[in-house]
Amino acid sequence: MSNPEFAIETRALTKRFGDVVANDSVCLKVRAGTVHGIVGENGAGKSTLLKMLFGFYQPDEGEVVVDRTAHTFADPSAAMKTGIGMVHQHFMLVEPFTVLDNIILGAEGSAKLEDARATARGALAALERQFGFNLPLDTVVEELPVGVKQRVEILKALYRGAEILVLDEPTAVLTPQESEQLFALVRQLRAEGKTVLFVTHKLHEIMAVTDDVTVMRAGKIVAERKTAETSTGELAELMVGAKVAREKTREAHGERVIRLSLKNVSANNDQGVRALKAVSLDVHDGEVLGVAGVAGNGQTELMEVITGLRQVAAGSVEFDNVVIASPDVATNPITLRRMGMAHVAEDRLKTGVVESFSAEDNAMLGYQREPDFSHRGILKLKALAETAKRYFESQDVRPRNPKLAISSFSGGNQQKLVIAREIARDPQLMIIGQPTRGVDIGAVTKIHDQITELRNAGKALLVVSADLDELLAISDRIAVMCEGELVGIVAVEDADEKTLGLMMAGEKRRAS
Amino acid sequence: MIDLYADTLLLVASTIRTATPLVLAGLAGLCAERAGVVDIGLEGKMLGAAFAAATAAAVTGSAWVGLGAGLATSLVLALLHAYVSITQRGNQIVSGMAINIVIAGLAPTLAGAWFHQGGQTPLLSGGARFTEINLPFAESLASVPVIGPLYSEVISGHNIITYMTVAIVPLVAWMLYRTRFGLRLRAVGENPEAVDTAGISVAKLRYQAMAIAGLLCGLSGVVLSTGLGAGFIRDMSAGKGYLALAAMIFGRWKPVPTLLACLLFGFVDALQGRLQGVALPLIGEIPVQFTIMLPYVLTVLILAGFAGRMVAPKASGIPYEKDH
Repeated sequence: MSNPEFAIETRALTKRFGDVVANDSVCLKVRAGTVHGIVGENGAGKSTLLKMLFGFYQPDEGEVVVDRTAHTFADPSAAMKTGIGMVHQHFMLVEPFTVLDNIILGAEGSAKLEDARATARGALAALERQFGFNLPLDTVVEELPVGVKQRVEILKALYRGAEILVLDEPTAVLTPQESEQLFALVRQLRAEGKTVLFVTHKLHEIMAVTDDVTVMRAGKIVAERKTAETSTGELAELMVGAKVAREKTREAHGERVIRLSLKNVSANNDQGVRALKAVSLDVHDGEVLGVAGVAGNGQTELMEVITGLRQVAAGSVEFDNVVIASPDVATNPITLRRMGMAHVAEDRLKTGVVESFSAEDNAMLGYQREPDFSHRGILKLKALAETAKRYFESQDVRPRNPKLAISSFSGGNQQKLVIAREIARDPQLMIIGQPTRGVDIGAVTKIHDQITELRNAGKALLVVSADLDELLAISDRIAVMCEGELVGIVAVEDADEKTLGLMMAGEKRRAS
Repeated sequence: MIDLYADTLLLVASTIRTATPLVLAGLAGLCAERAGVVDIGLEGKMLGAAFAAATAAAVTGSAWVGLGAGLATSLVLALLHAYVSITQRGNQIVSGMAINIVIAGLAPTLAGAWFHQGGQTPLLSGGARFTEINLPFAESLASVPVIGPLYSEVISGHNIITYMTVAIVPLVAWMLYRTRFGLRLRAVGENPEAVDTAGISVAKLRYQAMAIAGLLCGLSGVVLSTGLGAGFIRDMSAGKGYLALAAMIFGRWKPVPTLLACLLFGFVDALQGRLQGVALPLIGEIPVQFTIMLPYVLTVLILAGFAGRMVAPKASGIPYEKDH
């Protein structure tokens, strides 16, 4: 094999979807044997670029050069043959299959599985030694933790002879500790001569693990830097195209009125398994209580018991000193809204909006019984249209067309509309789940500012988020959950990623 | 005592006979659904194959020509369903039901137009049917106590398709679990994106699975009209396609449990046949309308969740689109 300077190079790669130019003559150069980062906001064109690199999309113009040969990949297997291996953000694994079967799928060699498996075991043992993997080949994938599943994907790519590994938002689903292990693996891959393309929107990861970095904005490459010669500040500016001010004014606490109080609350999940175990916490007026934890450790159930969506098995939830939930009491979400509790749902598409409805209808959902929107069951369409228009303007929702289906808006714009709807009635308590999941950076800043404004206006907020940076930026105190228990609550001044990460793993308990 | 033994053997033999079309259709549904295509059109394909087989056999006098015609008809219907479900990404339930309704009307209409026997095909006999095969020594061994009747009643005396079915069950299981094709087929029903990104064509795999389903289902129709019956009669599948689907679900989309579930349905069906006109102690004679209901009542009970939670292949029924 020749030894070209660039492992992969794209020449004026362009991809259009209708009128939208998703990638506009992108010329990416990735030096062989390096870890190369690509950063950009959601919608900057990173995913489209990646999909062209591994043959899932075909470019309208331009070509991909691998090993000095120009290619236009007709399908993923063509890309794979040139040594490009893709690790998707959503794993391409067949959950009920074993690790081994997942790795050989599509690269079985022999038509008889028994022979295919035996051959693979030999080859995998060698790869595992080389890269320091230790994967349970005969375990069913669905039983594995997320971090291990990701390793399965990486091994799968290596087994197919990948020389260039493309990792798409690899840390989105990982705990900080798992991320560290991933970084170690990435360095190991580089040491063994592989080239790694690392796509993320978390800037500190770029700083931690890459050699070079390419910044994308609006479908174009806007900058290329050596990681050692740049900073997170510069990268953030390049991504957004304007200075990002993340500092914000935070007013001191006034009097500490307890707005929401959970006393030893336990609840079961949908499978009837105890998912929330004797959780006690208070949320005060004028504070943001952040809730951290690896997904699936009881945060969802916590929000559900507070918002009246899940029966409490033991303990009680008090709102304004009224018991709203206990084993004997269940309060309907409509009543809770009228009492002054607003809810920005964690899973926006499932519980926050109705996808096929217009933005206008979604601007009303949950409040359709209020006299502003209906009279004796008949909707007031004109009032509704005006309200939606007002929300669109106050939140700068784009495109400015409330008649469009909510599904045709970006995640950020959907979320802005949901927030407008929920704060419209001046609630005293807000329960917010994943405020910026799937939201682009411009909107993230706006949403964070809004949360801080509400806090400064004396509202009580409980925010569940999987993004530690976010919690550290907006919370006053952070509660950490693990396996349904409250591991502890720390003041934000005493919290950093490392402490929180350890608490999320359930390793460290601290008194609140 | 001897009577009870003889009765039991007859019941078992009858169970095997009635279960044959169910097993074949059940395996057809299994191949389709494991690949991610819901096949509620089993009923129509079975009826279509039964009609085509009986027609071809009546015209040519050869059961084997009938077999070919039955398989071809079911295959064409399966590929039609595949085209709607895979290529056009249509609604799989609607497509399957359309096949059922069209065939239920078309088959007797064509039969009426061609044979003028009120929507039936002529009675088949001799070489136009797959008749019962008596295995060697079945006659002479019949008088041997215990083993003799077992051999001559239960093991001997079925049509060739029933014997083929005995071989097809392990064959399908082997195909699913021991071959590369089977691995890919099961993968495409769980996570087609994983298959696509592994460089395998999702559509091609699903078409192949549907073709297999078409052939298996065709065989079940052929046995109905040329093996168990002697010609096509209106609505002769009588919901067996749906029963097979229920058995497949009860069998958790796995070949051997599906076989067992089909045998259970076959047994209940055989039992209801035996119960007709028989006075039971205490209860007396059960009206025939009620005994006939038994297999369907069982279906309802099973599908109503009395058999525990059943998890279908994850991508079953969902058309695959590259851009979600």
